[in-house]
Amino acid sequence: MIDFDTLLQVLDSSVRLSIPLLLACLAGLFSERAGIFDIGLEGKMLASAFAAGAAAFVTGSALIGMLAGIFASIILSAVHGVASITFKGNQLISGVAINFLASGLTALIGQNWFRQGGQTPPLSGSARFNEITLPLAELLRDVPIFGKIYYELISGHTLLVYIAFLIVPLTWWILFRTRFGLRLRAVGENPAAVDTSGISVVRQRYAAILICGILCGLAGAYLSTGIGAGFGKEMTAGKGFIALAALIFAKWKPVPALWACLLFGFLEAIGIRFQNIEIPGVGTIPLQLMQALPYILTVIILAGFVGKAIPPKAGGEPYNKE
Amino acid sequence: MTLIKTIISASAALIASAAMVVADPALIYDLGGKFDKSFNEAAYEGAEKWKAETGGNYNEIELQNEAQREQALRRFAENGNNPIVMAGFSFASSLSEVAPDFPETKFVIIDMVVDAPNVRSTVFKEEEGSYLVGMMAAMSADKAIGFVGGMDIPLIRRFACGYVLGARSVNPNIEILQNYTGTTYHAWNDPIKGGELTKAQIAQGADVVYHAAGGTGIGVLQAAADAGKLGIGVDKNQNHLQSGSVLTSMIKRVDLAVYNAFTDGADLTTGFEVMGLSNDGVGYAMDSHNASLVSADMQAAVEAAKAKIIAGEIQIHDALTDNSCPAS
Repeated sequence: MIDFDTLLQVLDSSVRLSIPLLLACLAGLFSERAGIFDIGLEGKMLASAFAAGAAAFVTGSALIGMLAGIFASIILSAVHGVASITFKGNQLISGVAINFLASGLTALIGQNWFRQGGQTPPLSGSARFNEITLPLAELLRDVPIFGKIYYELISGHTLLVYIAFLIVPLTWWILFRTRFGLRLRAVGENPAAVDTSGISVVRQRYAAILICGILCGLAGAYLSTGIGAGFGKEMTAGKGFIALAALIFAKWKPVPALWACLLFGFLEAIGIRFQNIEIPGVGTIPLQLMQALPYILTVIILAGFVGKAIPPKAGGEPYNKE
Repeated sequence: MTLIKTIISASAALIASAAMVVADPALIYDLGGKFDKSFNEAAYEGAEKWKAETGGNYNEIELQNEAQREQALRRFAENGNNPIVMAGFSFASSLSEVAPDFPETKFVIIDMVVDAPNVRSTVFKEEEGSYLVGMMAAMSADKAIGFVGGMDIPLIRRFACGYVLGARSVNPNIEILQNYTGTTYHAWNDPIKGGELTKAQIAQGADVVYHAAGGTGIGVLQAAADAGKLGIGVDKNQNHLQSGSVLTSMIKRVDLAVYNAFTDGADLTTGFEVMGLSNDGVGYAMDSHNASLVSADMQAAVEAAKAKIIAGEIQIHDALTDNSCPAS
C-alpha cells in the first residue's frame, strides 16, 4: 500500500503541521491549569503571526520577528488578564473579544502599512527561520532505515520545531516538579486554599497568562516565519481552536498534549497527501471527514467514552477574596 | 437652536447627494480579497488602468462573507452605478436574482454565464492557456509534474484538464499529480496548506507545479522555490514572485475584461464574451524573471501549438461542458 518513503514524508509533514498546535496547546495548558479559560489562543497566534511577519520583513531578522510576535501576543494576554483577573470579567467573552480584535486589527494595520491587502510582503533569506540540517545527517543518509529516519524526519526542520519539542518536558518539569508549578496548579483547583497560605492568586494567574502569551507568540511566529513566508489574512485558520480541542483530548497534561497534537497534525498530513483514501470493502473516505476528525475525537473524549476529561476545578471563575 | 439648524442643513445636504444619480461603474471583488496577487488583483488593475486613462471614478467593495453578495449588488444598483462588474463565478446565483429587478442597469459577470438581457457574461478559455503551460511544464520535467487547485469546482477542473492535455501532448507517459486545497472558500486563502500540498507532490517526484488557487498559490510558488523546483503562476503574471523559480504564468486577462466593461460604460453589449488565445484573453507570461528557464525550442513549440489552437487545428476539451477530462 504505502512504502517506507511515503510514510516518512507524511510523518515529516505531520511534524511541521503539529508544531503550531503544540505551542498553542501548551499555552492553553498553562493558562487553564491556573484557572483562566482561554479561547483567545487563535487571536493571539494571529496577532503574533502578523507582528512576526511584519517585523521580520522590516528588520530582515527572523529572531527579531519572533520577539515582536511574542510581544504582540503578550499584550493581548495582558488585556485578557486585566479583563478576567483584575476586573473579574467573563473569561470566555474576553477571549472571543480578543479573537475579533486580532482578526480585524491585523488586516487593518497590514493594509495601511504594506498596502498589499493585509498581507505582509513575502519573506526570504534570514527573515525566515530556515531549515536546519542536523550534524551527520548528510553522512548517515544512506544508512538503511535509521539514517533515513534521521535525515528525513528528525533533521531538516526549523529552529522553532526543536524549541517546541523541548518545551514539552520543560512544561512537565515546571508544572510537576517546581514550587511555582505546584502553586500554579493549586490556583486552578482551589484558589482559596492558596490565598489562605499567603500566596497571591492574582500574581500566580498573571504569571500563567504571561507564559501563555509567550508560547502563543512562538506559535504565531512559526506560522509566518517558519512554515510560511509572510503573513496572510486569517492565516491561523482555526488552529487555535484545534489546539483547544487537543488540550481537552490530552486532559490538560503536557506529554499527552504532545501526542494529541502530533495525532491531529498526522490527520491533516494524511488528508493532504491522500486526498481521497480508499479502503477496500468500505469505499472512499471523503476529505471532509478527515478534517472533522479532531473535533469528533474531542467530542468522544468529552462524552466520557475514553476515560474522563476533568478540567481544573476553578477554571473559568474569577477569584473573589472573601 | 443652532444645533437644530445644523441638523436640518446636514440632512438637506444628505438628501441632495442621495438624489444625485451617479453613473460611475462599480467593481465587486470576490472573497480572495483585492490584493490576492492573482484573480482579484488583476480585476483591480483593469479598473485602475481605466481610471488613469479616463480620469473617471469607480466604486468598489471587497466582500467579507457570502451573505454580502446580493446586498452589495443591490446597493450599487440602487446607487445608480452602471455598469456593475463582479469578479468571480460565485456571483451567479445572486446576480440571477438581482438582474431582473434593475433592467436599466448593465451587469458584467466574469467566469460564469448568467442568462439575462442586461448581463454580459465574460468567460475565458482557461483550457487553452493551461494547455500551453502544461506543454512547458512537461518539457521542463523529468518524469512528473503537479497541479494544485484551489476549491474543487468544475471551473478549476477546466484549468487542470487543459494542463494535463498539454503535458501529455509533449510527453504521453509523464506522471501528473493533482490535488485540491479544499471544498470551501477558505481553499483560496491557505498558503500553508498550498505549501504542504506542493511539498508532497515534489516528494512524489514532481519537478514543476502549476497552481490555480488564488492566494493559496503564494504558498505553492514559495514551496517550489524552496525545494529548488519550478512553479507556474496563474491569472496574473506571477513570474516575479519567486524570480528564477517560476517557469511561467498562465495569464488570464481579467484586467482586460474589467477595462473593456468600464470603457463600454452604460451601453455595453450584453450576452457572451469569450476571451481565448485568439483575442489575447489568455496566454503565457515571458519576462526577464523566467527568460533563462524557457529555451528557444520550448518557446517555438509553444508558439506553434498556439497558432494551431487559434487556427482550430488543435481542439482542446473543455472540462466544464461534460464535467470530465479525457486524460488524467
